[in-house]
Amino acid sequence: MIRFRDDVAHDAPPAPLAEFVGESNATAVRLEPTDDARALLPHLDRLALIEVAFPKFRDGRGYSAGRILREAGYLGELRAQGDLLVDQIPLMRRCGFDSFVPDVPVDEAALARTLDRYPNVYQKAADGRSPVWALRHG
Amino acid sequence: MYKYDTYDQTLVDARVADFGDQVARRLSGEMTEDQFKPLRLMNGLYLQLHAYMLRVAIPYGTLDSRQMRMLGSIARDYDRGYGHFTTRQNLQFNWIKLEDTPEILAKLATVEMHAIQTSGNCIRNISSDQYAGAAADEVGDPRPWAELLRQWSSFHPEFSYLPRKFKIAVIGAEQDRAAIQLHDIGLQMRRDDAGELGFRVLVGGGMGRTPMIGSVIRDFIPAADLLSYVEACLRVYNRYGRRDNIYKARIKILVHELGAPEYARQVEEEWTHVKTLGLDPPQAEYDRIAAFFAPPAFAEGLPTEIDRSDAGFAHWVDQNTAAHKAAGYAIVTVSLKPTGGIPGDATADQIDLIADLAERYSFDEMRITHSQNVVLPHVQRQDLRAIWDALVAAGLATANLDLVTDIIACPGLDYCSLANARSIPVAQKITERFADPDRQRDIGELKLKISGCINACGHHHAGHIGILGVDRKGEENYQLSFGGSAAEDTSIAKIIGPGFSEDGVVDAVEKAVETYRGLREPGERFLDTYRRVGLQPFKAAIYGDAGSTTPVREPVA
Repeated sequence: MIRFRDDVAHDAPPAPLAEFVGESNATAVRLEPTDDARALLPHLDRLALIEVAFPKFRDGRGYSAGRILREAGYLGELRAQGDLLVDQIPLMRRCGFDSFVPDVPVDEAALARTLDRYPNVYQKAADGRSPVWALRHG
Repeated sequence: MYKYDTYDQTLVDARVADFGDQVARRLSGEMTEDQFKPLRLMNGLYLQLHAYMLRVAIPYGTLDSRQMRMLGSIARDYDRGYGHFTTRQNLQFNWIKLEDTPEILAKLATVEMHAIQTSGNCIRNISSDQYAGAAADEVGDPRPWAELLRQWSSFHPEFSYLPRKFKIAVIGAEQDRAAIQLHDIGLQMRRDDAGELGFRVLVGGGMGRTPMIGSVIRDFIPAADLLSYVEACLRVYNRYGRRDNIYKARIKILVHELGAPEYARQVEEEWTHVKTLGLDPPQAEYDRIAAFFAPPAFAEGLPTEIDRSDAGFAHWVDQNTAAHKAAGYAIVTVSLKPTGGIPGDATADQIDLIADLAERYSFDEMRITHSQNVVLPHVQRQDLRAIWDALVAAGLATANLDLVTDIIACPGLDYCSLANARSIPVAQKITERFADPDRQRDIGELKLKISGCINACGHHHAGHIGILGVDRKGEENYQLSFGGSAAEDTSIAKIIGPGFSEDGVVDAVEKAVETYRGLREPGERFLDTYRRVGLQPFKAAIYGDAGSTTPVREPVA
């Protein structure tokens, strides 16, 4: 697992969304691409881990799920799991993901290079970076 | 024209390094072709039938002479001496080696160019009106908005793995020269009753195998909210667009299946949330960008009369120039559709020559049109003769803008791995059949568009006459359709009957044109006559009264 958090990783397996909603004490949940991330909004304060499934790297629904959760104020661990390519991880970081469990381990050197590559961003997302239009106008 | 600041340059340079790294990992075998494919596509690199094709972005079709010359230089050094201008206002090189691409991208970056998002399931090059800033009928200049959209969409973290590609066009005029009704999102600048600037938003248009005309989902979005509203449109699509079937993955299918009112409702709901996130740049950023597009210093007191004693020159002026908003100026379209040529192709020398003309006569600016021609937007009428003389010498003075030989065609089976049939030879034969300039002028405006497969890159659905190449039992077969338009009167063409051989379809086009000439009323274009009288007289002329597929006559040589 690649992790960009200092707290201790949640070790219990996340529950599927349908189970989670019915269990008042669960603190971890897993979203499949067809699940609506907004179903979690009433429960964010009790969640420590939200795992978002990326069964195929081409399926980009989870990027929206990540941003929606962060935009709603979720501060816990947001994990991407599945068919993750090294070049996708910087985009996922921008959408608020802070831990990654790729099916196939990624080359850490290549990941470090790609994460460092873009010094600026053109648009606001869920990572708090200021877009260049904000930098241009102080 | 927009000029990069250090932020823009740094980001494009970073992309060059990024792609160089990706190519190295692919060449070393660290990455599979399957993993590499979406990455190379997002840098405009396709694997075609014979070689890699590199598609270079020309944002909203605008470029200067330094950029144009770089394209010529790359054509010379890395291709076979040609560039191919596309219907997305971009340029493609058809004979590229994978290992050369990082170097080519590095060279492009030195002139503020790139190939970012010219392919892949992401937001593509923003397209616009080739007459922007020069046309007499503008509410406002669409280019600053196109540039804002370019920056917003570049490396967008949420929308880089959409269900399918996504094309946005923006115009500022009443006349639609950018086919906004046939884009995933079409934006038309307008003013509300209070005089405030904003946009009409159309969503869900497109061609491909299921052509659809976009629906207006909002009649007016204030300009200051444009980016957050488009963000909401994209988010609804990214979450709910179909991913189970590549042929049903475009936003037009989502809008069609939900119904435009329900899609619009979901967008409004999302936007209520999204607009609270502060995604829209401040007015100061718009002002900064708009300053680059301030009108050039047009001279005053210029003569408007020109010497029309040379008939060839006069015909070219009448056909290939358009009214300019400044007195004494004209908009020139350089046709890349010579008789027997490949639509949209230019040699490296021709590219250089057009760059020279732009630098000398058009405030150093050119536009690429979706009809695959090049525009010199700001030319003094008194310079038209010198420009024409130079174009004649370079084989670029074909006086056929919007005439039957000004054909849009996809690369077809000569290049494309998706094609079922060749497009280029059909275009070449039609231009030869109608080569007589007097005959073309007599026929008048006739937009003929050819695609080599149902993906419709040659816009056949939007042709006054459309030709679609299909594979019928191993033979190339061409279906003919009439009645399409990509302008403000957008319509989808209808197939007229059984298909034809390559020569047969050329004959059928000629019969259709002759039928029109016999039926037209004064001032009517082919499209107008077809809309008035319907298909029947054309069908009778082409297939015979019984509607049979009697072979049509061979042309008399």
